[in-house]
Amino acid sequence: KIRIAGDEKDIVRDGIKYVMNPYDEYAVEQALVTKEKVGGDSSVTVVSLGPARVVETLRTALAMGADRAVHLSDDAFEGQDVLATARALSAALRAESFEVVFAGKMAIDDNASTVATAVAEMLDLPHVNMIQAFELADDASRATVRRRVDGGEEVIECALPALFTCEKGLNEPRYASLTGIMKAKKKPVETKSAADLDLGAEQVGAAGSGTLQMRVMALPERGTCKFIEGEAREAARELVQLLRNEAKVI
Amino acid sequence: MAAKILIVGEVTNGALRKTSLEVLTAGRAVAEKTGGELAGVLIGQGLDGAAGNWAAHGVDVKQIDDASYAGYSSEGYTEALTRLVQEQSFNIVLFADTSMGKDLAPALAVRTDAALATDVVEMEVGDDGYLRVVHPIFTGKVNAEFVLQNKGVQVATLRPHTYPAATENGSAGNVEKLAYAVQKPPRAVVQEFVSTSGGKVELTEADIVVSGGRSLKSEENFAIIEALADALGGAVGASRAAVDAGYQPHSRQVGQTGKVVNPTLYVACGISGAIQHLVGMRTSKVIVAINKDANAPIFQNADYGIVGDLFEVVPILTEECKALLGKE
Ligand SMILES: Cc1cc2nc3c(=O)[nH]c(=O)nc-3n(C[C@H](O)[C@H](O)[C@H](O)COP(=O)(O)OP(=O)(O)OC[C@H]3O[C@@H](n4cnc5c(N)ncnc54)[C@H](O)[C@@H]3O)c2cc1C
Ligand SMILES: Nc1ncnc2c1ncn2[C@@H]1O[C@H](COP(=O)(O)O)[C@@H](O)[C@H]1O
Repeated sequence: KIRIAGDEKDIVRDGIKYVMNPYDEYAVEQALVTKEKVGGDSSVTVVSLGPARVVETLRTALAMGADRAVHLSDDAFEGQDVLATARALSAALRAESFEVVFAGKMAIDDNASTVATAVAEMLDLPHVNMIQAFELADDASRATVRRRVDGGEEVIECALPALFTCEKGLNEPRYASLTGIMKAKKKPVETKSAADLDLGAEQVGAAGSGTLQMRVMALPERGTCKFIEGEAREAARELVQLLRNEAKVI
Repeated sequence: MAAKILIVGEVTNGALRKTSLEVLTAGRAVAEKTGGELAGVLIGQGLDGAAGNWAAHGVDVKQIDDASYAGYSSEGYTEALTRLVQEQSFNIVLFADTSMGKDLAPALAVRTDAALATDVVEMEVGDDGYLRVVHPIFTGKVNAEFVLQNKGVQVATLRPHTYPAATENGSAGNVEKLAYAVQKPPRAVVQEFVSTSGGKVELTEADIVVSGGRSLKSEENFAIIEALADALGGAVGASRAAVDAGYQPHSRQVGQTGKVVNPTLYVACGISGAIQHLVGMRTSKVIVAINKDANAPIFQNADYGIVGDLFEVVPILTEECKALLGKE
């Protein structure tokens, strides 16, 4: 049950158990599958921006099999919008070399479905959102992906490097094994600040944001339910009348 | 700075999507409040009919119609929108929160250095010209209010059914054809589009949704849900339990890990009303629940309830709807 803090600025965070965003689990899994397919010296790097607790999530990804992690950590990131977060992530990615970026289709906290697409734009990468199948060409120059859109399904061929966001159905994320968890403890987690990313004060935090969250609100209450009694035929007839004459929806 | 508002429309199979008329209502409200100008844009190929239809609802339409836009292309459409926004100095851009809107809005926002809000369920423009919006967070368990500011351009995507569809208001707008074509060859290209709608209205776009749960017990039994949906001219939805059991495809799942619907009427048949289902439908204008358990949580979120066996109630309700709506 989610509760709203007294000042209405946020939800009550005490006692919350943080986990990896479920759509990001698909992203990690797809990266690992891709690395396994390509073999050689290919590697998986996980990047996350957030407070100290995200290091645990990065460790989870390392335990699943990722090779190294980058944690973007700075008090200056606090209160920023999703586009400012995308700016910092894209700055971090510029320092890396990669062929594919996998992200989640949406973070289940802010529900923005924005950060990944914005990162792709900032890096001038093509993107395909909400993929449910990913097939890498043998020469790794392109990928064929499938996604569901309003009214149908698209099969898309995309040149690499590119960014993909992952939808449920893409794969079954693996669990970290005990040895995986042990190994993860020794894998490198690099920390980068806004300054390390060459981001000035005007590019981060509230100052670097065009969209500010003002308050968190409970959902509007619905009135009490009007129960329609009686035998089925009568009840159905009355319901239809109410929908027509009272609610005016049919 | 005077508001110059651009609404982005959508066309499926040559026809204007209804969400485009909803975004028109939203755009018109912003234009009236700010004394700003409003125009719509359609991108694709063979858009004369849709553009004419939209213009008949009183909006000036920019028609970007070229063979190079025949298939949807994230890159191609983003390029065209960015060019239009910049060339004609639009400073508010509104999309419907559809597959296309979700895809294009963040990209356009980056290219135009805009402030962005997605999946908006309430919107208002302040005296300062900045949008104030409500967007559900934590998968719809609470709402948050945001203000857009500091930027020359504001972009928002509006959840379908948040605004009523505009009606023809007498004064038709103009249609202006823009001679755009894709400039930079897209790197991601749609090879194949398989329609899965079977000509039926999209779940997220339907005015009426009739959903069934685990209690339907089989795929065949969903025929009674289909029949009620057909009688009402609505779409069929399902709970996750019904989808996991294989009675319905995932594309019909309503809820946290399915679709978010926002119809004027939602009929939940044999659905208990778990929080993960509620977050996918609770903004519906009117909710009807039919359940044999009077204590099912769905009733706490319903406007009208019938406590009874759905296998008895739903077919009778279908008959009564047909009788009233004069359909056979
Ligand atoms: C991470 C996560 C994500 C989830 N995402 C979703 C989601 O996207 N969508 C979703 O729906 N669920 C989702 N769920 C599952 C959710 O918690 C419920 O389990 C699910 O919604 C239950 O489906 P149901 O109402 O059909 O079945 P049940 O909860 O089993 O309810 C069946 C109802 O039918 C009634 N009934 C039985 N027979 C009859 C009859 N003959 N006539 C009338 N009424 C009858 C019963 O009284 C009962 O209320 C998610 C769960 C988790 C943990
Ligand atoms: N702070 C972050 N650090 C790393 N990745 C992020 C962050 N925020 C969002 N993302 C990625 O972008 C996706 C979409 O997030 P959002 O736009 O917030 O819904 C997520 O599933 C992540 O893959």
